[in-house]
Amino acid sequence: MIVGDSKPLEEILEMIKDRPKVLVLGCRGCVTVCNVGGEKEVGILATTLRIARKKAGLPPTIDERTLERQCDPEYVEELAEVAEGYDAIISIACGVGPQFVSERYPTVRVFPGINTTFIGGALEHGVWGERCQSCGNCLVHNFGGLCPIARCSKSLMNGPCGGSANKKCEISPEVDCVWHLIVEKMEKMGRLQELAQVWPVKNWSTSRDGGPRKRVREDLKQ
Amino acid sequence: MKSGSNLEKMLSAGHFAVTGELGPPRGNNAEEVRHKAKHLKGIVESVNITDNQTAVVRMASWAACKILIDEGLEPNLQMVARDRNRIALQSDLLGATALGIKNVLCLSGDHQRFGDHPEGKNVYDLDSLQLLDTFRKMRDEKTFLNGKELDGAPEIFLGAAENPFADPFDFRPIRMAKKIAAGANFIQTQCIYNMPKFREFVKRIVDMGLHEKCYLLAGVTPLKSVGMANYMAKFVPGMDVPDTFIKRLKGVDKKEQAAEGIKIAIEQIHELKEMKGVAGVHVMAIEWEHRAKEIIEGAGLLPRPQV
Repeated sequence: MIVGDSKPLEEILEMIKDRPKVLVLGCRGCVTVCNVGGEKEVGILATTLRIARKKAGLPPTIDERTLERQCDPEYVEELAEVAEGYDAIISIACGVGPQFVSERYPTVRVFPGINTTFIGGALEHGVWGERCQSCGNCLVHNFGGLCPIARCSKSLMNGPCGGSANKKCEISPEVDCVWHLIVEKMEKMGRLQELAQVWPVKNWSTSRDGGPRKRVREDLKQ
Repeated sequence: MKSGSNLEKMLSAGHFAVTGELGPPRGNNAEEVRHKAKHLKGIVESVNITDNQTAVVRMASWAACKILIDEGLEPNLQMVARDRNRIALQSDLLGATALGIKNVLCLSGDHQRFGDHPEGKNVYDLDSLQLLDTFRKMRDEKTFLNGKELDGAPEIFLGAAENPFADPFDFRPIRMAKKIAAGANFIQTQCIYNMPKFREFVKRIVDMGLHEKCYLLAGVTPLKSVGMANYMAKFVPGMDVPDTFIKRLKGVDKKEQAAEGIKIAIEQIHELKEMKGVAGVHVMAIEWEHRAKEIIEGAGLLPRPQV
């Protein structure tokens, strides 16, 4: 899923300070699963904003709404009747949300209420970890199912580098050395020999480096 | 001969080689480079010129190398994959070799999080192995990475680094073999303090026959003080400084600690000289270039043989 983090309340209050009528807009996709932008979080943010604005003597009109998904025009369309009635929409979907909403309603100011952080998964309740950098050319099967692109601080394909110590990355004792994990896993699988080959240079053109990406499925197009 | 550099000639003639290290200044002070170089002239085969080490911005390595050449020393150009993509790395190699640089050391480079611009983007388009392979290809096949022919191919003695004290220990010799397969003609190791562990590492290298495919230069860095020893032990990633050295430095008067550190370095070199599989030493007297001679002389390695 796409994982995000709430923006600080002060930053959001500053965004909407001169805007009397505000809509907090959630999404039932990834951000609901990672507890940052679903219906529940819409309620919490709206309540918090109301209290803060009331305290500051500002108009407390903060409406709430959660779309099925903000990354699908079909659901964004549901705001057609109401969008222009707001002075601000705070989207707490991933970075796609505020862009799709402001594209569809160009006269409305749309603000991002969260920071999109990474593509990852839940490690335990309340903890998420990065697992994918969407490089567009998945190779994880070669590395024991662990991605060195997303999880090595240097994205090395021929690690571990000289900074690996006690299974941790040189950048922080909080960060696992994924290359240590890869070596351990491959050894356990009896596949260590595969790591003895020099991995050739990667083609990054399928990644962000190749420019903004687009996927076209002719069979699905209307 | 790959490049006919002094370092390559010395190693292929079977002499125990000595290399030094010099960090370019944090500015364009060319005089500072000349000043440091003076201390290393005639006592080492080649001087590694670091490439924005620890991700702190310094004078370009290739430029400092050129100053050394003009001063009559042989540089070893360090190049890290952190700051340049495949276009810039290939281009800089062509420029460097056009200026007369004959030794190149390929590294991935310390993460910029440690440096003085921690908010910068890192590149790592290639890793250190892919960089070696790219440069080997430019030299041996006379083509760019994309297979297109070069108008003048670099003649270089290619080096890599290995840290025998980084984890996982058992994988380090395999990784060194990969570096050799990718093109390393010589390997310089991280600073060695834990000699028993290094001995075990070298034994494995010899068992794998890697010492016959590549020259291994053991890294030696004198401990200047108890403070430095403690810092290295606690804060430098992948560094293994046994307590015995810290105790030994603590055992002498503060003013004598530097001399004791030099004594330790000399003892280490004597030990390394006798170790099968070790072809030389890489003396990294960091910001201590003027004391390098004492160490090399003390280890009985002067005068340097002429080849």
